[in-house]
Amino acid sequence: MHEMSIAQSIFEIVQETLAKEDGVQLKEVVLEIGELVAVVPDSLQFCYTVLTEQTPYQGSKLTINIIPLKGMCKTCGHCFRIEKMWFSCPRCDSTDLDIMQGQELKISHLEVT
Amino acid sequence: MSIVTLERKILKKNDEIAAENRKLFLEREIFTINLLSSPGSGKTSLLEQTLARLANHIQIAVVEGDVQTDKDAQRIAKYNIPVVQIITNGGCHLEAQLIQNALGNFDLNALNALIIENVGNLVCPANYDLGESKKVVLISTTEGDDKPLKYPAMFHVSDVMIINKMDLLNYVDFDVTTAKENAYRINPDLKIIETSCRTGQGIDQWMNWLYTQIKIT
Repeated sequence: MHEMSIAQSIFEIVQETLAKEDGVQLKEVVLEIGELVAVVPDSLQFCYTVLTEQTPYQGSKLTINIIPLKGMCKTCGHCFRIEKMWFSCPRCDSTDLDIMQGQELKISHLEVT
Repeated sequence: MSIVTLERKILKKNDEIAAENRKLFLEREIFTINLLSSPGSGKTSLLEQTLARLANHIQIAVVEGDVQTDKDAQRIAKYNIPVVQIITNGGCHLEAQLIQNALGNFDLNALNALIIENVGNLVCPANYDLGESKKVVLISTTEGDDKPLKYPAMFHVSDVMIINKMDLLNYVDFDVTTAKENAYRINPDLKIIETSCRTGQGIDQWMNWLYTQIKIT
């Protein structure tokens, strides 16, 4: 289950970041996950909870913000929401696109006290 | 309450190791494929067809990724080429570190190409860059022509799509035109090759693409 591998990476990044901060308590980890990325939020939540049990991060919340797929047409410049996985410009039908967002798999920020 | 801003890619560590692998492959001029599909689509069979036809002047090595057993590596070993089996013991995808570790088993100065047969899985491997030159995804005619729509991430990141088991077309409800339309919808730049490892259909086209890529590298 690769959500466990991803949760492990999150855990390591959190550990690495907070090792430099003394006496802080982790409250929340906020993620940005793009619509195109094949991660199941519930599974990721579960894996994170399991990994943080009996660690200083036990009880911290994992918030997952799903980032919608958006493209920009390189032919006509139109920016648009990519709906139903149609990777073509709704204005001019061009398939020459830049994906502006929707491929993220990142930690946005941590909330600590 | 205070905020610690990170804006940090979760798979940054894997991406960094993948970049190291990629740099090494470029320096040594080794064309590398990440071969992907569901279990049973025919990755190992395609590899066997490839190795049987490979010209003598092309030196190739294979990395096999499986949850359990070295059965695939045993099949490949019959072709007298260097092969390493990675057993993931439950891991559903290969990662860049595993590939980096495996490279120590090969004489990289002697290689023109490396084919990595990933764990059979259309979901997770899409997220893990291994440092490859090209991603090749297989579907077979027994799987359904809507596969690209069901697994968009995998087809979006791939360079080549192979439709395998074309010899079974008369026995299944698989429409090749529909499958291609679905694939192009997700990735208009996909190169699509129709193959049968049984009859040999399309294998020449696949080999030609492979030779061209090795020559360019």
